[in-house]
Amino acid sequence: MGNLNYFTNGLLKENPSFVIVLGTCPTLAVTTAAVNGLGMGAATTFVLVFSNLFIALLKNYIPDKVRIAAFILVIATFVTIVDLVMKAYTPDLYKSLGIFIPLIVVNCIILGRAEAFAQKNKVVPAILDGLGMGLGFTLAITLMASIREILGNGSIFNLSLLGDSTTILIFILPPGAFVTYGFLIAIMNRIKLKYNI
Amino acid sequence: MAKKLESTLLNMFLSLVLISMVMSGALAFVYLKTKGPIEEASRQKELEAIRLVVPEFDNDPTAAKTEKDGVVIYRLSKQDVPVGYAVKSFTEKGFAGHVEIMAGFLPDGSINNITVLQHKETPGLGTKMTDPKFSGQFLGKNPDAFKLFVKKDGGAVDAITAATVSSRAYCDALQRAFTSMKLVTDSLSVK
Repeated sequence: MGNLNYFTNGLLKENPSFVIVLGTCPTLAVTTAAVNGLGMGAATTFVLVFSNLFIALLKNYIPDKVRIAAFILVIATFVTIVDLVMKAYTPDLYKSLGIFIPLIVVNCIILGRAEAFAQKNKVVPAILDGLGMGLGFTLAITLMASIREILGNGSIFNLSLLGDSTTILIFILPPGAFVTYGFLIAIMNRIKLKYNI
Repeated sequence: MAKKLESTLLNMFLSLVLISMVMSGALAFVYLKTKGPIEEASRQKELEAIRLVVPEFDNDPTAAKTEKDGVVIYRLSKQDVPVGYAVKSFTEKGFAGHVEIMAGFLPDGSINNITVLQHKETPGLGTKMTDPKFSGQFLGKNPDAFKLFVKKDGGAVDAITAATVSSRAYCDALQRAFTSMKLVTDSLSVK
């Protein structure tokens, strides 16, 4: 049962977006539409799981002095794989996310978990950690993207909910990203305090 | 927790070389597997855009295309009778630079339909160029009579409020499409 904790950790207690506050660049830039948030979350989770897996597998064969270089090699490979696969099979999502797919390489969540967890743990916990963190990230940014899309565009997942005239444009623009993010982190802090998570 | 490899020069070298080789191999494999689908996906997108802007056709656009100065003109026909031209045009004058459109013209030169392929315009402002409320004004018009400049510049086009630059860029791309199309059809009729 100890193993399950590795997974649930990333969902709430150490949520990468609202608690550890890593990977803020895609969080702010990509959350203009709910489907973009979901797609980015899925791509990041894939990279997170596989890079955690490989790094946990190879941890005894990577000398300490070159560990960052080795981590980047592994992470960049999986990001490129995701990039190619999305270009081939989900071209619309690929176009929406644009440059932020290659930028997954420098998403601090991935290098952060590699350094803090994968290189010090066995393969199965590393995979579970990757899944938990990835899912936590996906839920966080999809939630944020949904809020921004509803308020800024009157739709969710491209389904129109409210009329054209009831939108607050600023939520789709960068300032709205910061405002939404700030509020969500504050709410998360409150929840953690109240329920002692 | 087993011991890690010592950070000797040889170990560091071997470790990185081996990881690079394995990762490159995996990447090459995925690249080869996705090469076909990637080309197919972009071909499909182009075809989709063409279908959107011209009336029904039954020929293969890629066999009937001309490229001139970055503009691609597709000649579409149905049972060998020309039904229209799909022109992939562009402008660099967008608020954020490059904008690409696919414009469909009927054989008489009038605009059948337009779709924006690529742009990085400001959300809520320049992005309104994809809205039928703006693009609808061009449909059915012939650029010989309907001057493709915004009213501010002496033309007939109603610009988007607070997005004059984007509106001008759109007209620029459309004008480029029309001019290129005329060049191609004139040279064809001379034949």
